[in-house]
Amino acid sequence: MSGAAMQIASPRLPRWAPGLVGVMALAVAGLPAILSGWGVVAWLLAALLVFAVAMPLWSRLVEGRRAAVDRLVTTLVWASFVFAVSPLIWVLWVVVSQGLPAINVDFLTTSMLNVIGDEQGGIYHALLGTLLVTLAATIISVPIGILTAIYLVEYGARSRAARTITFLVDVMTGIPSIVAGLFALSLFVLIFGPAYRSGFGGAVALSLLMIPTVVRSSEEMFRLVPSDLREASYALGVPKWRTILRVVLPTSIGGVVTGVVLAISRVIGETAPLLVVAGATDGVNTNLFDGRMTTLPVFIFSQYSSSTPIGYERAWGGALVLIVLVMVLNLIARIIGRIFAPAKGH
Amino acid sequence: MTATASPERTESTGKPRPSQRGDRAFAAIVRVAAFMILAALVAVFVFLAIEGWSGFTDVPETYAPFTSFLTYIEPLVVSTILASAIAVIVAVPFSIGIALFISHYAPRRLSAVLAYLVDLLAAVPSVVFGLWGGRYLAAYLQPMQVWLHDHFGFLPFFGPGPPTPNGRSLFTAGIVLAIMILPIITAITREVFVQTPRLHEEAALALGATRWEMVRYAVLPYARSGMVSAIMLGLGRALGETMAVAMVLATTPETTLNVIGVASPPTIAANIALNYKEATPQRQSLLIATGLVLFVATFLVNYVARWVAGRNARKMAR
Repeated sequence: MSGAAMQIASPRLPRWAPGLVGVMALAVAGLPAILSGWGVVAWLLAALLVFAVAMPLWSRLVEGRRAAVDRLVTTLVWASFVFAVSPLIWVLWVVVSQGLPAINVDFLTTSMLNVIGDEQGGIYHALLGTLLVTLAATIISVPIGILTAIYLVEYGARSRAARTITFLVDVMTGIPSIVAGLFALSLFVLIFGPAYRSGFGGAVALSLLMIPTVVRSSEEMFRLVPSDLREASYALGVPKWRTILRVVLPTSIGGVVTGVVLAISRVIGETAPLLVVAGATDGVNTNLFDGRMTTLPVFIFSQYSSSTPIGYERAWGGALVLIVLVMVLNLIARIIGRIFAPAKGH
Repeated sequence: MTATASPERTESTGKPRPSQRGDRAFAAIVRVAAFMILAALVAVFVFLAIEGWSGFTDVPETYAPFTSFLTYIEPLVVSTILASAIAVIVAVPFSIGIALFISHYAPRRLSAVLAYLVDLLAAVPSVVFGLWGGRYLAAYLQPMQVWLHDHFGFLPFFGPGPPTPNGRSLFTAGIVLAIMILPIITAITREVFVQTPRLHEEAALALGATRWEMVRYAVLPYARSGMVSAIMLGLGRALGETMAVAMVLATTPETTLNVIGVASPPTIAANIALNYKEATPQRQSLLIATGLVLFVATFLVNYVARWVAGRNARKMAR
């Protein structure tokens, strides 16, 4: 894309120049690194610094000031990317390496009921809780989300109401999760009294967070459906609602499902709202509407807060299971998206 | 339309003009769903206000160790602002760098993979970031904070008290927040960068601009308001993020500007999560009241951010 192939009058550095400087920077930084025993990270940082000085300097001598600035910015942009990816890799590495030893059959199939001190204990109750709460949240938010998206695309057109709703949905994506939890709590406490806690309250809080994502993704998918398809259907005398249900929805179903699965993967890791409204308990509770219900993120938090070695171990084990769940959901979403990719052109 | 003409008529139930009735019913259902979203937003405000109202003006004992709502929330507000400021200051340059990298610098074939990597960062649950921040990052950043204290201790943010012994300071919490808001800022700025008219870019290059000059004179001016809105959305996230702060920070009720001290007050959101378990009903109302303050603040930030973004989109449409 850049001017490598272009014929430019002023002299240019050869294409292998960055590579050469890179190797030399690593070597130059390596000397003090070995002598004073720095870690790998410090060594790479020093090398980056050397590179960020040497490369523009050489470029300045040969190519002039403007090219030197360009080289410097290119270096910074690449560096910023490496910097941003490193925490991701670090987090994943720590979760896998710390979590794996904690995981065994018992960990997955027992609850924390009557577990004292350093006994094993497990996440069965939390897994079940997460499953139930997330399922309930999905059941609440998917119909509302998809119907709203249908309204925005098929009925609202460019009306003032539709624009307001689109705007508010966007604003809603920014509601802090803990506020969603407090809302659900206020709602249920007002109805059932101040001590009320339940998994269903958590589901209501999560759907408040989930609906905007579902609306946005399905809206986008419905807009991708070519209007010729709708018009063809109308021309055959099919009423609007059947056109929507039989033509628009089936055409875009892959994208809609992808959006829903991604939304689930987003809320399945939510901690704060569930901490507030669903609470925590040691045993299995399968009744969504009555009593505290532990979910996996809350389990991780409460084990972490216990500040004991076994607590940390359980927390890491739970974190690994949670990350695997989220990643599997992401993968499923991608696969569905790939299989049902909307037919562009027809 | 006559009753005999439509093939659709014979398929369906056979009642008179079912299509119209169906249409009307369906339109009503769809409208109800859409307006439920409006209702939900209003409900959030109303229910928080109902339950939290007594929290604003309760007897002094409720606010222990403080005496009124204002003195109770002040340290929390200071911490919230400090932590979010750190997060935004750290995250913004990186996000813009990454967005530029993906949209203009990375090899074409790589950029989709790279964008996916950044999205993965957004998929990591906050509780996992909190766990990592408290157990690993804090210890790792501790020497750096001592260094900051030694060299910049004269600033109110890095002194005068001793620096944190274990790294579990507001500074570390802010860094974790920065990592968490990075994906959203990146995603939105990337989107506006990509929308830069191709012609502007090609024209800049044809005039002999280097790639950076092209970015600076064609891409950045075009994307300016998009970037502002992205940064504000990131700020909104940082203000409301709970777990990372609750799990990383060592807390104290005393107001302090020192972000690398031994302990700081928690942010509003983290304070709710940390104190919820032992709350009496009065205390619960108080926490809900602080939640209402947080809701209004984040709502305003998000509102302005979306408004800027919308204005920008309208400007481009012209």
